[in-house]
This record gives sequence, C-alpha cells and structure tokens, in this order.
Amino acid sequence: MPPLAIRHYTATTALGPGRDALLAGLRERRGGLRRNDFGNDRLDCWIGRVDGLEDAALPLEFSDAECRNNRLAWLALQQDGMFGAVQAAKAKYGASRIAVVLGTSTSSIGATEEAYARLEPGDDGQPAFPRDLRQPMVHTPHSLGAFVQRATGLTGPCVTVATACSSSAKVFAQAARLIHAGLADAALVGGVDTLCGSVLFGFNALGLVSQAPCKPFDATRDGLSLGEAGGYALLERAGDDDALTLRGYGESSDAHHMSAPHPEGLGARLAMSQALARAGIDAADVGYLNLHGTATPANDTVEAQAVARLFPDTLHASSTKGWTGHTLGAAGIVESVIAMLALQHGLLPGILNSAERDAACGAQIRFDNAERPIRYAMNNSFGFGGNNCSLVFAA
Amino acid sequence: MSALTATIEGIGFWSNGLPDWDSARAFVRTGTLPDAAPARPSPELLAPNERRRAPETVAVALDVALAACTRAGRAPADLPSVFASTHGDLGITDYMSATLVDNPRSVSPTRFHNSVHNAAAGYWTIGAGCTQATTAISAYAASFAEGLVEALVQLDAGEDAMLLVGYDGAATGPLASVAKTSGLLGGALVLSRAPRNDAPRLRVEILEGNAPVATGRLAMHAGRNAMAPMLPLFDALASGESVATLHAGPGRMLRITLTQGATMAAPEAAGVAHA
Repeated sequence: MPPLAIRHYTATTALGPGRDALLAGLRERRGGLRRNDFGNDRLDCWIGRVDGLEDAALPLEFSDAECRNNRLAWLALQQDGMFGAVQAAKAKYGASRIAVVLGTSTSSIGATEEAYARLEPGDDGQPAFPRDLRQPMVHTPHSLGAFVQRATGLTGPCVTVATACSSSAKVFAQAARLIHAGLADAALVGGVDTLCGSVLFGFNALGLVSQAPCKPFDATRDGLSLGEAGGYALLERAGDDDALTLRGYGESSDAHHMSAPHPEGLGARLAMSQALARAGIDAADVGYLNLHGTATPANDTVEAQAVARLFPDTLHASSTKGWTGHTLGAAGIVESVIAMLALQHGLLPGILNSAERDAACGAQIRFDNAERPIRYAMNNSFGFGGNNCSLVFAA
Repeated sequence: MSALTATIEGIGFWSNGLPDWDSARAFVRTGTLPDAAPARPSPELLAPNERRRAPETVAVALDVALAACTRAGRAPADLPSVFASTHGDLGITDYMSATLVDNPRSVSPTRFHNSVHNAAAGYWTIGAGCTQATTAISAYAASFAEGLVEALVQLDAGEDAMLLVGYDGAATGPLASVAKTSGLLGGALVLSRAPRNDAPRLRVEILEGNAPVATGRLAMHAGRNAMAPMLPLFDALASGESVATLHAGPGRMLRITLTQGATMAAPEAAGVAHA
C-alpha cells in the first residue's frame, strides 16, 4: 500500500495526559495501575485510571454530550498539539475532506449505566432516565465519533468502529482505504474507552480479571487489569521526507469463539502475515512488536506461539499492559502510539510486573527494556469475536 | 466527488411480517404481506441450540447475511464483511445496565460477551468458518451508508467481493425512552467488483445536503427501526427504480444509481439474480 504520513499523534493513559507522560513511564519502568477505586461496588483488582476526568467538564457548548468517555475524548484531543493540527489540516484540505474514524468498545455506556442507577418516574409514571441524561446520542455506540466530529468541525466520512479490543487498530486500515479511494485527503483516527461497570463486572464474570497488577507472559499470570485511555493520529498522504508512516495493515477473523482465542493462533498469524505483506517487508525487518498480551493465561500462550512461528528470535516483542492496563477499544491507538514512540526514540519497552518466564513463550518475548534504533514496528490488537488487526509503522 | 461502483450479486432481507427478500419485493409491488410470517428469524448458520439462544439482532443479521450469500452463489467463508448497526443489541444493554444496579456480581458471562457491538460479526465468522476480515461499525442514522462506503472502498482496495449487513432491533426498558427503535430489521448485500450480465450494478456518489424523506413501501412498513435509513435502497431495488438516496451523516447523503445487467432489462427483474 502507499505509505501514509503520521505527523501528529498522541495518547492519554493512566500514566498521564500526552505522549511525554507515556514515554517517561515506559522509560522509567513506572506503571500507572492502582488498586481499584472506581465506582461504588469495588472488585478486588487493579485498574489503569486516568486522573482528573471527574473535574474535566466539557466546554459548555458540548454539555449535551457530557459523559466520562467524551471527557476523555476531549482531554486526549487537547494533548500534543492534536487539536491545532486538526484545525490546520481542515484549513489545508477542507472540513469535508477529512474523515473521522474512531474505535471504541463501550463508548459512553457508562452514562447509560448511570441513568439506570438514577431512574426517576417519567411522564407516564414508568421509570425513565433523569433529565440530564436524556440525550439519545450519548446512549449509542456512535457517541464517540459523533462527539469528536462535532468538537473538531470535520464533516467528512465519520464512523465509530466497535470490534471490541481491535477497534482502534482497525481504524488505521479503514482510514487508509478511505484516503486511497479518494474519499478523503486526511483522517483523524484513534479511539477512546473508559472504565465502567459493564466492563469491570463483565470481564470479572468471564473470570479474566486478576486481583493483582497484570503480569503479561509471566508463568504465574492470572488475568488482566482493565484500564482507560484515549488517543489519536492524523493520517495524510506521505511525501518524500515523512519521518513516520503507516506502512501496512492486516485484518482477520479467528472463526473460533466469541471470547477465547483460536488455540493455534490462526487469526493472529493471518493478520500479522498480511500486515507484513502489505508493508512489503520480511518478518526479520521488524524491530519491535507490541503484543496484544492481555496477561490472561490462554491469550498470551497463543499469541507467543504465533509470534514464534513467524518471527526470528532476534525480535523484541512485549506487552505494555502492565503500564496502562488493558484499555479495550483504545488499546489499538495506545499501543500504536507506543510503537511510534519506539520508532522515534529507539526505546523498546519490555514488560512491567513480569519476572518468571513461561516456557510456552519464545525468545521474542522480552521482559527488560532495550534501546536501539529500529526501522519498523508492529502492533497487534485482537478482540472478542476473534477479530484481529496488526499494523506496521516505519521511521 | 468520487464515485464508487459495485455489482449487487445477492440480497437478503428480513423485517417483521416480511421474512425474506422475495416477500419484500412482492410487498413493494403489490402491497400484500405474506400469511403467517415467522415472528423471529432462524439463521441456519447456527447450530439449533445456538439458534434459539442467539440475541434477536444476531439472528436477523445472520439470516440476511446467509440469504445474500446464497443468492449470490458465494460461500460465506470466502467473503470479507462489514456489519453496520446503529445500537447493537439494546436488550442486552438494558439487561447489563439493570443488573449492574441490582447485583453487579451476577452479570452473566454469556450476556456480557454478546453485548459487544461485533457480536453478530463474530457469530457470523465463527458459524461460517470465515477467517476473512470482518468489521462492526456504527454511525447513528448513517450506519448503513457508512457501511456501504466501507464495503465499496474495500472493493476499491482490491477485494473481489464483500458482504454488507445492516441490522437493528428494538429498545427495551428505560432505554426505550432515548433510543427510538422498534421491531427487528436486517438487510444484506453481496457486492462485487466485476460486472455481471445477470445482476444489477450500483454507483454511489457522496453529496452535500439532506436525503429526502423516504416514502417507499418498505420505508413505511419498517420505518420505526433504527436501521430504516437503509430502506430507500431496498425499496428502489424491489421496485426497479434507478435512484435511491441515503442519509450519510449530518449534511451528507449518498446518491445511488442502479443499472440493470444486460440480460435483465425488465425493471421487475431487479435483484432477482439466482432467485
């Protein structure tokens, strides 16, 4: 595929707003997870929570879109000059020539949960949403895309992708196709997901939540830590001197199970192979691979084995979920940002909290950070329904 | 603006009272509903016990998807797919939200994994044994139009054929006061790059402005479902009209021009390839 330039990108995670906070946390091996202090009924687990959202009200003109997810969408948009870069792109290309393609898993469902907790009698006497939460757009998956479109004033194609945890990786592929087909000159991609009861108690019901900070690929790993995050990248057609580019994407389906990975990692292998093929590079060219690596026993084994079959032992591959938690629909953008930071700063993160190697995992899995320049980085994001996406970035 | 084209190889349709595309076409032409339409779709792709347990939204999406593939003569395992839904499954959102208030630790794991927006896409790829890419998107009232654009740009990017599915169900519980959707509705198209003599072709232009109010029979019949904005296209396909306009977001619309295959000159033959 023709490369796409990434001249602006950002992420806001439990490590703080903006990519400097993320880079510093990775470099210093200082994570952002804390004991669960979210909501009224607190499961015994650790979470990656973004500080200050409770006090970060949306500007008054967007008060009808108020909810935790849109607050994080707005906060993340203000970091690393992203909002200004979007306005500059709008002046350059025109508002209708820029697509908004965002990924999420739960969007604003936290606001729906809040409405159910505060039901009051409606006009017909039946339980109804409290007046401040009677906003139809806040209670639908497109809440995120619609809000960001409104907040940026962009008027091109606008889509919210919701393929669970692969959502904000797949937005890169979808945006690349829109630009390639000539339907847009640029695309604001990214994703936002926030902590909410559905996710905490849903993953708990599946038995996938650890009581301790998650330990990806550790022999004693026992589940994930949930997190929240938001991030964006601005994609444009590449010129000759672009330092950072999207080079390939691969998408596949496991065709196996709604919430368990294919035991041989079939879909993961297909997505990674397709991304390499589209980028026109060999597996040995990849300098860093950010793994999906949720720290659940099954996921990590399957992914490590798929990686071992495809890549040489020299690959530095890691999961960064020990720093941020599993940010679900935002994992794709957060970990793409980490892959881009690896390319721009030569910092290859290891794995936080993990110490005991699992024999089922190959030599590619690295616990320690490394520093060296690389040319290509890959990011894996895999979701429920066996929905897989791999991305290749280059510097 | 750019124009995108595709051949419509197969069509699937289900709404309350009109359980397949043939009955929908007959209804558009004659205004008659079939006798004794089933109350719920029964997607053959799923094993019998899964068929009974599947959420209605999943059932309707899989039913129309399989019908479109069958009419196209395409194996479901071969097609990349785009699933568009405005709300996903509001019944499950209602269940999750109510349970989180009453007893959060009793959330059903199955209901939770069925709550993801890509549940239908997931069950489809699992049931079809399909390892091709699938996606699940939402764009409020523009969900089907954006799904159509995504399917067309995937053809533009080199795919031979695509499956596009639009579906929505009913709102239940307190959510019904903010999410205005009732009944069950699904529509699917198998779209391909190569022209075929026996199949209609569509050409899409993206324009500024608001799509006109839909007045077709299907639009009137199932207009209260959140996926109703797709119905002008299905009305046009059923009636043999050559233009349909779809809402494609605030101030945006898709103008779709339909042309018949060379061997299907009669307008009433629209969409009956492999019927």
